[in-house]
Amino acid sequence: METQLKEVTILFAGDSGDGIQLTGGQFTDTAAQLGNDVSTFPNFPAEIRAPIGTLAGVSGFQLKFGSVNIYTPGDECDVMVAMNAAALKANLSTLKKGGIIIANESGFDSKNLRLAKYDEGANPLENHSLEDYEVHKVDVTKLTREALKDSGLGQKEMDRSKNMFVLGFVYWIYNRSLDNSINFISTKFGKKPELRDANIAVLKAGYHFGDTAEAFSTRYEIGPAPLPKGTYRTINGNQAIGLGLIAATQKAGLELFYGSYPITPASSLLHELAKHKNFGVKTYQAEDEIAAICSAIGASFGGALGVTGSSGPGIALKGEALGLAVILEIPLVVVNVQRGGPSTGLPTKTEQADLFQALYGRNGEAPLPVIATRSPADCFETTIEACRMAVEHMTPVILLSDGYIANGSEPWKFPQAKDIPVITPPMAKEKLNGSTEEFLPYKRDDKLVRKWALPGMKGLQHRIGGIEKENETGNVSYDPDNHEFMTKLRAERIEKIAEYLPKLEIDNGPEKGDVLILGWGSTYGSIKTAVRDLLAEGQEVSHAHLRHVHPLPKNLGEILKNFKHVLIPEMNMGQLVQIIRSKYLIDAIGLNKIKGMPFSSSEIKNKVVELI
Amino acid sequence: MSTAEATLGSPNLTSKDFATDQDVRWCPGCGDYSILKQVQTVMAETGLSKEEIVFISGIGCAARFPYYMDTYGIHSIHGRAPGFASGLKSVRPDLSVWVVSGDGDCLSIGGNHLIHALRRNFNLNLLLFNNEIYGLTKGQYSPTSPKGTITGSTPYGSIDTPFNPLALSLGAGGSFIARSMDRDPKHLRETLLKANTHLGTSLLEIYQNCNVFNDGAFFTYTDKGTKAQSTLFLESGQPLVYGENGSKGIKLDGFKPVIVSLEEGASKDELWVHDEHDKVKASILTGFFEHYQDENSLPRPFGVIYQEDRPQYQELMSEQIEQTKKAKGEGDLDALLSGSSTWIID
Repeated sequence: METQLKEVTILFAGDSGDGIQLTGGQFTDTAAQLGNDVSTFPNFPAEIRAPIGTLAGVSGFQLKFGSVNIYTPGDECDVMVAMNAAALKANLSTLKKGGIIIANESGFDSKNLRLAKYDEGANPLENHSLEDYEVHKVDVTKLTREALKDSGLGQKEMDRSKNMFVLGFVYWIYNRSLDNSINFISTKFGKKPELRDANIAVLKAGYHFGDTAEAFSTRYEIGPAPLPKGTYRTINGNQAIGLGLIAATQKAGLELFYGSYPITPASSLLHELAKHKNFGVKTYQAEDEIAAICSAIGASFGGALGVTGSSGPGIALKGEALGLAVILEIPLVVVNVQRGGPSTGLPTKTEQADLFQALYGRNGEAPLPVIATRSPADCFETTIEACRMAVEHMTPVILLSDGYIANGSEPWKFPQAKDIPVITPPMAKEKLNGSTEEFLPYKRDDKLVRKWALPGMKGLQHRIGGIEKENETGNVSYDPDNHEFMTKLRAERIEKIAEYLPKLEIDNGPEKGDVLILGWGSTYGSIKTAVRDLLAEGQEVSHAHLRHVHPLPKNLGEILKNFKHVLIPEMNMGQLVQIIRSKYLIDAIGLNKIKGMPFSSSEIKNKVVELI
Repeated sequence: MSTAEATLGSPNLTSKDFATDQDVRWCPGCGDYSILKQVQTVMAETGLSKEEIVFISGIGCAARFPYYMDTYGIHSIHGRAPGFASGLKSVRPDLSVWVVSGDGDCLSIGGNHLIHALRRNFNLNLLLFNNEIYGLTKGQYSPTSPKGTITGSTPYGSIDTPFNPLALSLGAGGSFIARSMDRDPKHLRETLLKANTHLGTSLLEIYQNCNVFNDGAFFTYTDKGTKAQSTLFLESGQPLVYGENGSKGIKLDGFKPVIVSLEEGASKDELWVHDEHDKVKASILTGFFEHYQDENSLPRPFGVIYQEDRPQYQELMSEQIEQTKKAKGEGDLDALLSGSSTWIID
């Protein structure tokens, strides 16, 4: 029997060494290739290998896929794969009542139960505590070994493929072809045929187990989603930022220099860029966060686009150099993949608590543009925009992403290179022989942007620095009136960027009404889903989402006036809400979550219902 | 800020061509004036044109240096000049990049960047103006101040053991280690030229007198009365001879340096002959660091202590890019955007 479903949320959970992330990633790719819309949420511990079998070591990969548009990885799971007792215990609260549990039986032996801190003698698979759910016990370990008994592999190597058994079994439940994963395995283990064959054999064994075990009377069918026509791929947030940086610098005719120091969850951006040296990308793993940003500024002084990336603690260290970039008026892109703070905080968990840091985290008056990406695929376009702003306005720009976006992936309708608009660096012109015209490094055009004069350009020698400077000449100046003038000028030139930005539009819902949900960053998917559901239920609610946090879109004030209530959900204690309240003098309401986890759409829905 | 006009297009530059229109604001009598003059002179001798030179500094008295050089320049933030220089040199190997730093800037707040610049070996010239004091913040002790230095922050004497900057630099893997002084203009110019010629990070420590907060810190090595006895000017391939009229020499007893008197029967043939490429001997030379007391003290070495040819970071970086382009082909943006696995929705 086959049942049609619109959307399904699956959680793969197991030990951090169980290959959970790979399994989830494979299921995602396959779903996307079959035309489903997908959103993912990898959730793993900060320790690389926490003690096996413990609650601290549980790694999860949640994904939602469907024949409708999908904006979040799902509030509650329909299906949970639990490779051991700890995985079940840590995640049971996210499973819907009546949901399916696929449990690896050998992960529930007495040792695993003890490590998961179940009461002595209590096994949830045996003691009826899971009666609200549909439990399928499968001895994955045993069946995997069975499938590989003639492979000649040792037991340890055999056990490493047990994630493929689970993947095959879940593919069977949802009627998915194995082709995509077989291709993946063939490429990954191209040089190790024995491992390639073993993984394919186990994947198929899992699939066939579905056929023969008669455990499920029903298989499910999820048709393609109504996505816009085009060619797609899947992409995660940090990958998309990397591609955006390469595309932007190509379109600007500039070399890309990425100076960075490893930090979770930004490191994979460094890895992504380091792969693409054949694009002439220069990646530089500096000795610390400070050297990383300084090297990027040095590269920009030389005429490349200097970029640095980090997370909150690293951005804190970069503060002084960022202030220098502000006063130098030099292009620089700073990517902050936010994580839970303060201090080391929650390295692998997500949060939006660095907004104030981005806006104000420097000494003195040091304004710069701050832009925020909303989803993995959106990272590409937002990154190009950050680069454009940095180059065309000669300014450092902070691009805010977060751990949820960085690691999550979704289908991306990627553009053709020729359709990406060019970026025009305001290059100075070399002086001709015999010219007596004085070069003024801080002379500005009508955008208040100075020219970019590069070492090597004849006759344009100049010195730039962190001491207050006179306008136009750039000479050191301690004059009180000049300092006030320059401070205001630096603020004005950033505010002026708003004149070149598109108007903010209502994303969904009426232009006027009771409630506007104003979001920024990765809350997009949860808000989008909540608003879609509420509108379908006949409630009146609207959604607008900010990409430009500073300067804010010029028409934001007009939009805000059209609503009785403005609700601002944020994964912090209420930062954007303070800015909106003080700037527009309205009684905006915050909805705040500081759990290192994204909002569920129901959390947002409930708040809206409360307001209406 | 630019004074390029008069000499634009002129191949024959003089030291004056490297001066800017800015008033030099160091205290009258500061050793920095001499260093500035020698650097401007050397710049003219290098044959480089002004636009291909960049001076980068951090914070401190020495860090004002770029404002006085009619080249490109960055007056950056405290201690971080090597960071800016590394990024710049990565993308612009064609430029002649000079870092100017003081003992506080380079060895205290910027110590981490110094050691990493040295190990990476970008082709940079790093000038360390050592005056053994913090000048701009009004006279606190620095990481090179001798133990017991009395300053505003150490009214009962400093208790820190000072750095030996050249031993540190050698230990960090520096490929060019040299020392000179503000009060020996000729030697300073010669050593600056050698630093410029060396391909790799050249570390040149320059003893510089701060006549306001630490006057005379190096007088033992710079004053006529004591200079001959207390200093050893190294020349490659030459025996280690010093003292009044070359009366003294140094020989090695195993790894132990021994002072001998050439007037009292010792022969030049038994002396240690300086070899810039000998790292073991260089490490012994950087150890000539105890404060000069009397004729039994080892003299302080000046000149090029160590030099090594090894690959430069900016070249390795470019080579790796070229090799990757050869292996994978020049990057194609459309191929990058589509990745390896796509599907079509129609």
